[in-house]
Amino acid sequence: MSEKLLMKGNEALGEAAVRAGCRLYFAYPITPQSELPEYLSRRMPEVGGVFLQAESEIAAINMVYGASGAGARVMTSSSSPGISLKQEGLSYIAGAELPCVIVNMARGGPGLGSIQPSQSDYLQATKGGGHGDYRLIVLAPASVQEIVDLTTLAFDLADKYRNPVMIMGDGLLGQMMEPVTFPDEVKKDLPPKPWATTGWKKDRPKNIINSLELQPERLEEHNRHLQEKYARIAREETRWEEYLTQDAEVVVVAYGTVARIARSAVEAAREKGIKAGLFRPITLWPYPYDALGRLAETAKNFLTVEMNCGQMVEDVRLAVNGQRPVYFYGRSGGMVPTPEEVSAEIEKLAYGRCEA
Amino acid sequence: MQQEFIFAGFGGQGVLLMGQLIAYAALYEGKKVSWIPSYGPEMRGGTANCTVVVSDREIGSPVVTRPSCVVAMNLPSLDKFEDKVKPGGVLVINSSMINREPRRTDITVIKVPATATATELGNQRVANMVALGAVVEATRVVSVEGLVETLRKKLPAHHQDLLPLNQKAIEVGRSFVPSTV
Repeated sequence: MSEKLLMKGNEALGEAAVRAGCRLYFAYPITPQSELPEYLSRRMPEVGGVFLQAESEIAAINMVYGASGAGARVMTSSSSPGISLKQEGLSYIAGAELPCVIVNMARGGPGLGSIQPSQSDYLQATKGGGHGDYRLIVLAPASVQEIVDLTTLAFDLADKYRNPVMIMGDGLLGQMMEPVTFPDEVKKDLPPKPWATTGWKKDRPKNIINSLELQPERLEEHNRHLQEKYARIAREETRWEEYLTQDAEVVVVAYGTVARIARSAVEAAREKGIKAGLFRPITLWPYPYDALGRLAETAKNFLTVEMNCGQMVEDVRLAVNGQRPVYFYGRSGGMVPTPEEVSAEIEKLAYGRCEA
Repeated sequence: MQQEFIFAGFGGQGVLLMGQLIAYAALYEGKKVSWIPSYGPEMRGGTANCTVVVSDREIGSPVVTRPSCVVAMNLPSLDKFEDKVKPGGVLVINSSMINREPRRTDITVIKVPATATATELGNQRVANMVALGAVVEATRVVSVEGLVETLRKKLPAHHQDLLPLNQKAIEVGRSFVPSTV
């Protein structure tokens, strides 16, 4: 591993993408992720890559569609309103089974909202957002180092499953500086992509990249194939982290930046003798339903904490499946919950002063 | 052991850099660190601040509501952050630009005429380094040598000639901390 550097999340993500072999990056600036295009505008030319500032978010995602179809490791990034603009392209890319990485450093919504951090794109990212029966693999890093690790993973998963992968952070994570180390060597042996449209020399069947299938029987067959793939991804790629959950009576469920805040709150609760623990989904899709559900055997209460109005609560409830009550605490609009606020919620549950 | 800092002042006073230098110096001394800026629709001359956490172990929340040390480089920053200092913590104020007394009596207040001192040293822009000298002296978060070495590493090649001035600013800043602290 290389020496430890202090980097912003946005910049570290850019460097990690380069080291993962990404040479094409199309984006349009928006706060709070603009350090990423800024970084890659400088870095891409150094490695023979291209950063192209598109005329719009819609153009950028369709450049990704084209480049991915031609077999490139390609990435785009934006923040919430810009990600909304990309949804049509994401549906096409998922339908055509193209690998790519999309970064959302989310900000407060709805609408143009604020430029402060938020997690209010959870439902959009995990349940669709574009049309049709498709899934993105959604990775939620909680530190700058994990941004680096998950960016590398994102490109690998995208290629392995021919599926778009979203890295979902938030403005705080993008702006925050923490120490990071990068993998020493740039990956050179990228997996072969025999399906890519690289120019036909009569040496193989023609490759066609398309998401249109007017024959309903064939489209249904394609959907069955996609669903089989999504089930395989759910079996093999679900990731999470548990902290002090083994004997926890109050299990806090949080991801990304908020998981860091919740971790401090859990530690504060433990110091007061409250058996609190933290369950942190790393993949938001596929969601770690089984692992979380198992905790319902020992925990008394679940507390979902998010920077939104409760978008993950339904997934936690699906996991817990009615065995235990699931409560929610959140801030929205760009407000960030404090460890003290979360501690207070944990204490309410531990001492039984909660309202159902 | 964990220390939390908020550095606050006008945009242009170098408060984000103060935080970064502490974070880098602590990183070089093997500590865990996090640095977050206040980012928002700010403009030059507006207020700016950053939060730095330095710890011996994994850092949970990078968001801090009760910092162990606040550095207020101007009056609006004192007004905003004085109440947030953890009881028993340290408040460093730039007394050149703050004309009121802090109200808190349960914390250690260190007055540093940072801007005036920097002007005497010949460059008002090292006011942040004067304050930083006091911070390091009062909190021992990093060694003075470590801070100076960090500056040496972080100053771009064409600004290396500014190192002695910055080093002097740090040294003078330290002298404003009473030996009882």
